[in-house]
Amino acid sequence: MTTTRTAGTVTGTMPSTAPAVVPSAPRRARRALRWVLAVVVLLAALLAGALVGPAGLTPASVLAELANALPGVDIDSGLTTQQQAILWQIRLPRVILGSIVGATLAVSGAAYQGVFRNPLADPYLLGVSAGAGLGATIAITAGGGIGAFGVPAFAFAGGLLAVGATYALGATVGGGRTSTVIILAGVAVAAFFSAIQTFVQQRFDDSLLAVYTWILGRLSTNGWSDIVTIAPYVVLSWVVLLLHRRVLDVLALGDVEAASLGINVPRVRLVLVLTATLGTTAVVSVSGLIGFVGIVVPHAMRLIFGSSYRLLLPLSMLFGAAFLVLTDVAARSLIAPAELPIGVVTALLGAPFFLVVLRRGRAIS
Amino acid sequence: MSILECRDLCITRGQAQVVSDLTLSVRQGEWLAVVGPNGAGKTSLLHAIAGLIPLSGELRLAGQNPATLTRRQYARVVALMPQQPAVPAGMSVRELIALGRTPFLHRFGTESSDDRQAVDTEIIRLGLTELADRPVDQLSGGELQRVILARALVQEPRLLLLDEPTSALDIGHQQTVLELVDQLRRERGITVLAAMHDLTLAAQYADQMLLVERGRLVDSGRPSDVLQSVQLNRTYGARVEVLARDSGPAVIPVRPNRA
Repeated sequence: MTTTRTAGTVTGTMPSTAPAVVPSAPRRARRALRWVLAVVVLLAALLAGALVGPAGLTPASVLAELANALPGVDIDSGLTTQQQAILWQIRLPRVILGSIVGATLAVSGAAYQGVFRNPLADPYLLGVSAGAGLGATIAITAGGGIGAFGVPAFAFAGGLLAVGATYALGATVGGGRTSTVIILAGVAVAAFFSAIQTFVQQRFDDSLLAVYTWILGRLSTNGWSDIVTIAPYVVLSWVVLLLHRRVLDVLALGDVEAASLGINVPRVRLVLVLTATLGTTAVVSVSGLIGFVGIVVPHAMRLIFGSSYRLLLPLSMLFGAAFLVLTDVAARSLIAPAELPIGVVTALLGAPFFLVVLRRGRAIS
Repeated sequence: MSILECRDLCITRGQAQVVSDLTLSVRQGEWLAVVGPNGAGKTSLLHAIAGLIPLSGELRLAGQNPATLTRRQYARVVALMPQQPAVPAGMSVRELIALGRTPFLHRFGTESSDDRQAVDTEIIRLGLTELADRPVDQLSGGELQRVILARALVQEPRLLLLDEPTSALDIGHQQTVLELVDQLRRERGITVLAAMHDLTLAAQYADQMLLVERGRLVDSGRPSDVLQSVQLNRTYGARVEVLARDSGPAVIPVRPNRA
């Protein structure tokens, strides 16, 4: 820290040269280190996700089988065809889905917190959870007629419908101008959808367990099809959100100052909310409601790496992915062979972890 | 040439009309002070001129109808120094100033080396080199004011709107900031429109003065003409004396029957 500041001052006062625009070497090294750290943590998490599990796959054989997938590598992993299928069709899709869900919830949470300048904002703020919950409940209670494929589709539609209602309501009441009105509209819409969801659930209580399981969230998949289905929405939302990383820094100044700096605030807010919602709803439709990731991960990133959205968005994605994959490993192994609902584990692990980060962050500042 | 012209300007907030039928004209490079009691509509007027709140009547910016400008184009002409600027926790001085380059960036772009150059120029110009890497939430009021001024200046505005730029500062820092603004105005031909509470200071820097009360123009003209004790006593509900000084009229509060 001291060396950095001294270097900057010296360059700044040097006559006739351009002022200090190039960050000093240690700072650049520190910046690079963040990304290295994030990528290493994510890769380690993915690897752990692939290695841990029942069915007696040894780490060595899994590593050999994974290496086999690389072009030009041919090792005998010693896995039976069935074990290979377990790895490629059950474990890996689950690990990849976990990383996609974690990355999306974390980056959407960070974006929501930025758009609404509210540290408690999470991806479910505007009613995604209530709407998706209602959609899923309807699909589950309707049973076979709609089928397994229907639950994600209904959850997706329900989530988008709820956020659409929130935004429309906010625009009618407050002209869409202030974020507070939109948040309050979200509270009203969420309460309304939750009430209907509870009603449906009570009326058809034979499907109570299935509904409850969905709400608690899970990452079990049917191969790669879920991932392929949600990929377009998720990737679109990632790209659009990351493109707005600097705009979110400007929005942090408030509506008036952001507008005076040339940002079309209502339009940007709409675009950001819609894309964050699209990504969130897509992942929720296949994973159920996994809480806590969208709040814990971005705040942990803020406390460790600072609050600039230029770093916060991509780092939240990488660490959010790693966090959820590791959480899923815990959910699978803590009471193996049974599984804990992942939403329970995110809260159980996330809350203490968050407190540690919070204490550390306080100590630093 | 006049950079800003308003005719019959009205601003409505909610049900209330906060500015009514205001007509004014400011030439390029002039300093116009807007004075008046609390709630006179000074901030609303500045925000409307900055294009942040809707208005009715006619407004011309550098001869153009601002309704035809995008937000980005607008921000390249007009910069606003807000009364209570936001101070995002953890953001560095350099980062906050660099946000002033927003109207020059591609919509999804980040700063080019030209932009960083412009930021560094202002950092040096305003004597902020030592502070550049400090978090903005650890600055004093005077330091923060200079940082926000630097952010407005990297917008390269032709019209600089100051909303009570010195209200949070002690008298020394008030003079430093105003002197700095005046220097920049002379050097770059920037037009300054400042809502101010301190009438004596306002008179020392302004070429023209606008006295408003409840959204209506009371008087306008040279500061020495506008600042008349009778008129001020009536408008502000105050008891002041106005002394003629070389640097301009000095407005002194008086307390007639102190025991």
